[in-house]
Amino acid sequence: MSAPLSGEIEFVTAVIAGQLFGIPIARVHDVFEAERITHVPLAPSEISGVLNLRGRVVTALDMRKRLGLPPSENAKKQMAIGIDHGGEAYGLLVDSMGEVLKLSSDALDPVPINLNKDWAAVSAGIYRLEDRLMVVLDVDNILDFKKDTLAA
Amino acid sequence: MEDLLREFLTETSESLDVVDNELVRFEQEPNNDEILGRIFRLVHTIKGTCGFIGLPRLEALAHAAETVMGKFRDGSPVTSEAVSLVLATIDRLKSILAELEATQAEPAGSDGDLIVQLEQMALDGAAAMPAKEDVTIGTLSPQVLERPLRPGEVSLDELERAFRDTPGPEEKKEKREADRRTGDRRSTDGTSSASQTLRVSVDTVERLMTMVSELVLTRNQLLEIVRRHSESEFKVPLQRLSNVTAELQEGVMKTRMQPIGNAWAKLPRIVRDLARELGKDIELEMHGAETELDRQVLDIIRDPLTHMVRNSADHGLEMPEDRVKAGKPAKGTIRLSAYQASGQIVIEIADDGRGLNTAKIRKRAIEVGLISEDDHPSEAQLHKMIFTPGFSTAEKVTSVSGRGVGMDVVKTNIDQIGGTIDLKSTQGRGSTFSIKIPLTLAIVPALIVQSGGERYAIPQVAVVELVHRGSNANLVEEINGALVLRLRDKLLPLLSLNQLLKLPKQNVSDAEAFVVVMQVGTSVFGIVVDDVLHTEEIVVKPVASSLRDIKVLGGNTILGDGSVILILDPNGIADQVGATREERTTDSFSAKGHSTGDDALKSVSMLMFRSGSGALKAVPLSLVTRLEEIEASKIERSSGRPMVQYRGGLMPLVPADESAKLAEEGMQPLLVFTDGGRSVGLIVDEIVDIVEDRLEIKVTSETPGVLGSAIIRDQATEIIDVAHFLPLGFADWFHGNPGGANEKKKLLFVDDSAFFRNMLAPVLQAAGYEVSAVAGGKEALALIERGLQFDIVVTDIEMPGFDGYALNEALRANVRTAHLPVIALSSSLSAAAVAKSERAGMHAYVAKFDRRGLLQALKTACVEMQEAA
Repeated sequence: MSAPLSGEIEFVTAVIAGQLFGIPIARVHDVFEAERITHVPLAPSEISGVLNLRGRVVTALDMRKRLGLPPSENAKKQMAIGIDHGGEAYGLLVDSMGEVLKLSSDALDPVPINLNKDWAAVSAGIYRLEDRLMVVLDVDNILDFKKDTLAA
Repeated sequence: MEDLLREFLTETSESLDVVDNELVRFEQEPNNDEILGRIFRLVHTIKGTCGFIGLPRLEALAHAAETVMGKFRDGSPVTSEAVSLVLATIDRLKSILAELEATQAEPAGSDGDLIVQLEQMALDGAAAMPAKEDVTIGTLSPQVLERPLRPGEVSLDELERAFRDTPGPEEKKEKREADRRTGDRRSTDGTSSASQTLRVSVDTVERLMTMVSELVLTRNQLLEIVRRHSESEFKVPLQRLSNVTAELQEGVMKTRMQPIGNAWAKLPRIVRDLARELGKDIELEMHGAETELDRQVLDIIRDPLTHMVRNSADHGLEMPEDRVKAGKPAKGTIRLSAYQASGQIVIEIADDGRGLNTAKIRKRAIEVGLISEDDHPSEAQLHKMIFTPGFSTAEKVTSVSGRGVGMDVVKTNIDQIGGTIDLKSTQGRGSTFSIKIPLTLAIVPALIVQSGGERYAIPQVAVVELVHRGSNANLVEEINGALVLRLRDKLLPLLSLNQLLKLPKQNVSDAEAFVVVMQVGTSVFGIVVDDVLHTEEIVVKPVASSLRDIKVLGGNTILGDGSVILILDPNGIADQVGATREERTTDSFSAKGHSTGDDALKSVSMLMFRSGSGALKAVPLSLVTRLEEIEASKIERSSGRPMVQYRGGLMPLVPADESAKLAEEGMQPLLVFTDGGRSVGLIVDEIVDIVEDRLEIKVTSETPGVLGSAIIRDQATEIIDVAHFLPLGFADWFHGNPGGANEKKKLLFVDDSAFFRNMLAPVLQAAGYEVSAVAGGKEALALIERGLQFDIVVTDIEMPGFDGYALNEALRANVRTAHLPVIALSSSLSAAAVAKSERAGMHAYVAKFDRRGLLQALKTACVEMQEAA
């Protein structure tokens, strides 16, 4: 995670199953509403499908599945965080978007050892915000789910 | 400087490849001054450029090689050793170049070994030359160089002498004129055409292609929007945009095309070296090197081709003494050929060697557990097993082909680009591998189908035909859970797309399901889908790496309506079906029953049969929908006409010849023709054969129902006119089938190119038109004069003799046809041409490759007709 010289990092935040998550803004391409997702048969269960985002095919990843959470109950509009990984476009499906936060890189706490291993594998650290905790997501590890599923 | 170096590297490595091949040719024709001259010039240029850029190692080597070549030119004998030495020098040059490319600097090292040999060779060569007086006119003043000579350098004395010996300008001029007289071959070697070409980096072309693909997508989306709003002022400019896009797409595709010869360039050298190494005598023939294909495709097949040629040389061809024993010439031949056929490139690698050893393959197949001792697969099936991973029957691993790369890798590479590989082999006679690959990978026509509520695209190259289960519901049967379809005289393995993709079972009644019959290589199978929607040109986009393990998916694409759909990979599906069928099944499945145009020059599959008076009769196989045998007792009579219950309806039977009799008992063979949903059975006595031959009608006939006579397989054969027999059966049919508003529109399609007729006729049929395709304006008018009715005419503009404008004029002049909407098709789309067609009263003007535009134009024409009526 490349930290700017000032030691402050901006995070795009999102809520998944009530938990706040953050992704460094440098990795985020755009935030969009995921519509008309085409289901990909035989795909790993984490992949919800593919969709068209302004002429680009984006592979949508269900973050709830990825984090081992049950599917969302209220089926309102589905938000996605667009990221690039190895030249390919992915959209991380989340429950809702939060605000952009500017946080000092010094304040990042390591991942607690008792965190569920699915979560620990995709977490880069924890921020203690005033009212809640924010889990920083490691984008590359999130998309490296193939070896987990294959091993399983 | 960097640019200069890069350019130098490209140019030099190209030149070296040429020198490689020219040398191999030169070795065979040592007296061909022209070849020698070319080699000499190329080596000389390399030397000069190296000296200019300051690459002393390369310069010294090239210089030494040039010296030897110079001796050849002066008449010293061309020995195989000398050529080998020069070739070795070229290899060294190449390896230095490779390092230069990697490190941007000439690697340190010495080439003294080669240079010494080359110099020795030059001296020996000189000694072997017929004694020539070495007289130099003038005085030579001894000159002294202040440092020792570098390898490859000559002393100043020698240089001086060389100057004096070199012919003066006048002599040269004479020689050049002589050269010019020796033939026009020289003009092709690049100097004159250089100014007409431009070197563009591959990246630029790739980027251009990506942009065009995006443009095509956007255009498709716009067309989709306009289609929903029929009265839109965007329609006309969008049509123009669509045409321009189609042309741009063509143009950019063309820039990506490269002759396949580029992939073959290294082969003559490889074969020569192999021949020497193996002690064999091998001739490499290359045909169709100018056949062009997409460079992306070219890059992928380059290595497989090389590997297969190596294989042929190593395993395929026998040692000279064995060949002689077998009564074959000592020199073995490997023949490479490439040609374009129906939107694909076919590459064949044939050798006249020993052929595949079926017994050995069988043994090996049992060893690796592909088959058991009790299995007895056919020869063709055994041959295919060499494409299985880990299957190599070579007794010893030779340095030539025993590199751990087997035919399975070749197959994988070819599969990857949607191609197929096949082989034919006869023991003792040789083997032929044929590879079929698509022209391009970027944009492909695809069939859009629906299953489990989602749409999927199937590349059309793999689609043979569509069968609607609605009318033949009982034809899909089950053997222990495996679905099969009776199609004509074959049993077709079926796979349900829903099952294949593990889709939720959709509530679609069987009656609505379609079977997409696909052919991959020689395996033919059917995929059951819920619905078939339409065809569309799609831009193939690769799927994300996390989805690449799904073998049945070949990519994804964005459709005109903006949704993303997945592209099925025919090869992946074929692997799932696991169906390896024998060669011959393919013939019977290629009958499509589409266009009615014959091409006199191309060879046509003809169905030969006997009927009545004994004379052999034939009909183009493509017109026959099915071959049937029915029990004579099942033939019924209705108002004096023979009929048979067929697929849930009554099918009238028509004798192929007046003297033909219906069988009283036993089986009655029939040829079934289907047109616009109606079928007619042609009564024949006996089906003789299916032959592939040129159709050249020698004598035209006055007999109704006979087009004329042709010589097929050395036998006089009557070619029957299907168009004559269909109405004979239909006459009764019209009563029971009152023509309603939903009757199919009859479309007359005129194009002189058989290719376009075959390509567009199915598209038009699929769009719901009843198509009659003819090869020219005269033929079109003849059909109308015969009383056939049409609702709409689609005609090519550029046709020899009687062109599209002339046809339009003739139609306008006739009261019966003056109201017919005429749609012009053309490959050139200038504003002037569009205006001309408008003045001529044509309904629309569409680019030939713009199927979507054509269908749209047809739709509007039909709507207008209905409104007018």
